[in-house]
Amino acid sequence: MTAKTLFDKIWDTHVVNQIEGGPSVLYIDRHLIHEVTSPQAFSGLEKRQLSVFRPERTVATADHNVPTINQHLPIDDELSRFQVNKLTENCERHGITLYGLNHPYQGIVHVIGPQLGLTQPGMTIVCGDSHTSTHGAFGSIAFGIGTSEVEMVLATQCILQLKPKKMRITVNGQLQENVTPKDVILYIISQISASGATGYFVEYAGEVFRNMTMEGRMTVCNMSIEMGARGGLIAPDETTFDYLKGKEFAPHGKDWDKALSYWQTLYSDEDAQFDHEITFYASDIEPMITYGTNPGMGIKITGSIPRLADIEEKERLSFSKSMQYMGFENGERIIGKPVDYVFIGSCTNGRIEDLRAVAAYVKGKKKADNITAWIVPGSKQVEKQAIEEGIVEVLEAAGFKMRQPGCSACLAMNDDKIPKGKYAVSTSNRNFEGRQGPGARTMLASPLTAAAVAVAGKIVDPRTV
Amino acid sequence: MALNKISTLRTTAVPLPIENVDTDQIIPARFLKATTREGFGKNLFRDWRYDNNDQPIQDFVLNNPTYSGEILVAGKNFGCGSSREHAAWAIEDYGFKVVISSFFADIFKSNALNNGVLPITVSEAVLQTIFTAIENNPKATFFVDLPNQTLLIEATGEAVPFEINPYKKECLINGYDDIDYLLSIKSKIEAFEAAKV
Repeated sequence: MTAKTLFDKIWDTHVVNQIEGGPSVLYIDRHLIHEVTSPQAFSGLEKRQLSVFRPERTVATADHNVPTINQHLPIDDELSRFQVNKLTENCERHGITLYGLNHPYQGIVHVIGPQLGLTQPGMTIVCGDSHTSTHGAFGSIAFGIGTSEVEMVLATQCILQLKPKKMRITVNGQLQENVTPKDVILYIISQISASGATGYFVEYAGEVFRNMTMEGRMTVCNMSIEMGARGGLIAPDETTFDYLKGKEFAPHGKDWDKALSYWQTLYSDEDAQFDHEITFYASDIEPMITYGTNPGMGIKITGSIPRLADIEEKERLSFSKSMQYMGFENGERIIGKPVDYVFIGSCTNGRIEDLRAVAAYVKGKKKADNITAWIVPGSKQVEKQAIEEGIVEVLEAAGFKMRQPGCSACLAMNDDKIPKGKYAVSTSNRNFEGRQGPGARTMLASPLTAAAVAVAGKIVDPRTV
Repeated sequence: MALNKISTLRTTAVPLPIENVDTDQIIPARFLKATTREGFGKNLFRDWRYDNNDQPIQDFVLNNPTYSGEILVAGKNFGCGSSREHAAWAIEDYGFKVVISSFFADIFKSNALNNGVLPITVSEAVLQTIFTAIENNPKATFFVDLPNQTLLIEATGEAVPFEINPYKKECLINGYDDIDYLLSIKSKIEAFEAAKV
């Protein structure tokens, strides 16, 4: 038998049909939907007079366009209320399980999938959201799709996909103290650029990922899309199995044993061939921050913004546009820059370990007066756990504002917007122009760095304060 | 359901020589509250196109009457970021039928193809030739020939071949959509499910 990559092993067992010289028909095990990218797919089904083919394989939640205060009240914004209600109607009509607002399982779709055990090794998982790559942390093929593809999955439980190329990114060695999974992925993206993995599915390998918790692995896989990759995945191991055991929708009893014996076969064979391989060393990675308007524009927090002269000529126009938007000068240091907002949350860093890291840092400290600090837990379950562990108490004592679960200021569809021209250090995944509100200036960093910035009131190295 | 068909097209082009144009720029998130597919064109590139008071920003290319046409030409890594198909809907609704770049983000490319918009990938050098041709003459025309997979830069006479998956090419030329195809193989899908358990 020929040696196979982890990706091939999963892909090959999900191909229903292969179009000669064309895409594969790929069977989807788990489909996650939310209010923003699904309504047009349901309308499409209705136009075709179709029902949902396998409603039990789709799970819905409301996250992108929900308020993060007063979730018990009807949604104030008319369009948002209509969109969220539309999801409820569509789920009721088609028999789809919905964890809507105020349900104890509601939350950001990529936070609740793993928490509930809906995400499992060896699965194909899709969602109309590019950060679906998060679920690859469990050794599944998980990727974001458009609304036409959401409609395909609803109608047939399949989509048409061209098989991507395969890349392996290995990070060897041990991370330094206070260097977190977010720093690892920001470092990788800064090295290979925001388009460095376009056309590829990435497998993360090496000691650094083996030693990471599941939540750390989710942070890494989450941002695979920010270097253009269709998705990222990590071979499941004892850490994965321990995380899943006992989760509500994970297999139980005999089913668990059967699933486990399959999951244990999910790794890239020793001689498996990748189209591209890159190796990094943990010792080169330090706390990272972005200075520009795509996630590839990241530097060590102690570093300087590149000089215009060091940028390739054809990229200078985009670089200068970015610097102008951010209000930064090329070549200047990032340490000491003033900040107005700190946002801790999102499908990248809105999990319990992230909140714990922030609480551990700010305990007994106060946020700086010039900082507005929002904490938005990734799900109702994260929120509950944060209350039980006393994290909420610590954060509120430090002057952070606790909000209710949702995507919030990561994409600023609701009222959680960073005002025009203000600087935000954000634990989310995108620093695009206007991403956190029209004119907002975003700098991406880890929860630990964000916590240190909130206390200092300016950009600081979390290792030295 | 029938999609827009594309076969051949002769048109001028609109230049946007910016790299890494993400889908948040193409259609900002606040316009994603809509529950229908129609009408996104008026908000295409909203925050580059209009200021805070909804007044057109004169130096943005879509507000410059010098440039028009059914082709958008953009810098590398066009359509990166969010998977929102609203970006493809906005481009299609505005009236673009073709987008040319040296590099497309994967999800955007699928979304464009699923909406009858043809993404054409050219080399960095060809992209520069196209930008120069438009700069020299904003009325320069281009001839897109999908059956022959060729883009003719009429200003220079250069015929540039481009790649497209043969299945997707058939879909675009005939206006087929993937759901019709998937529905046609439903018995295969059921057989696959039965074998899996």
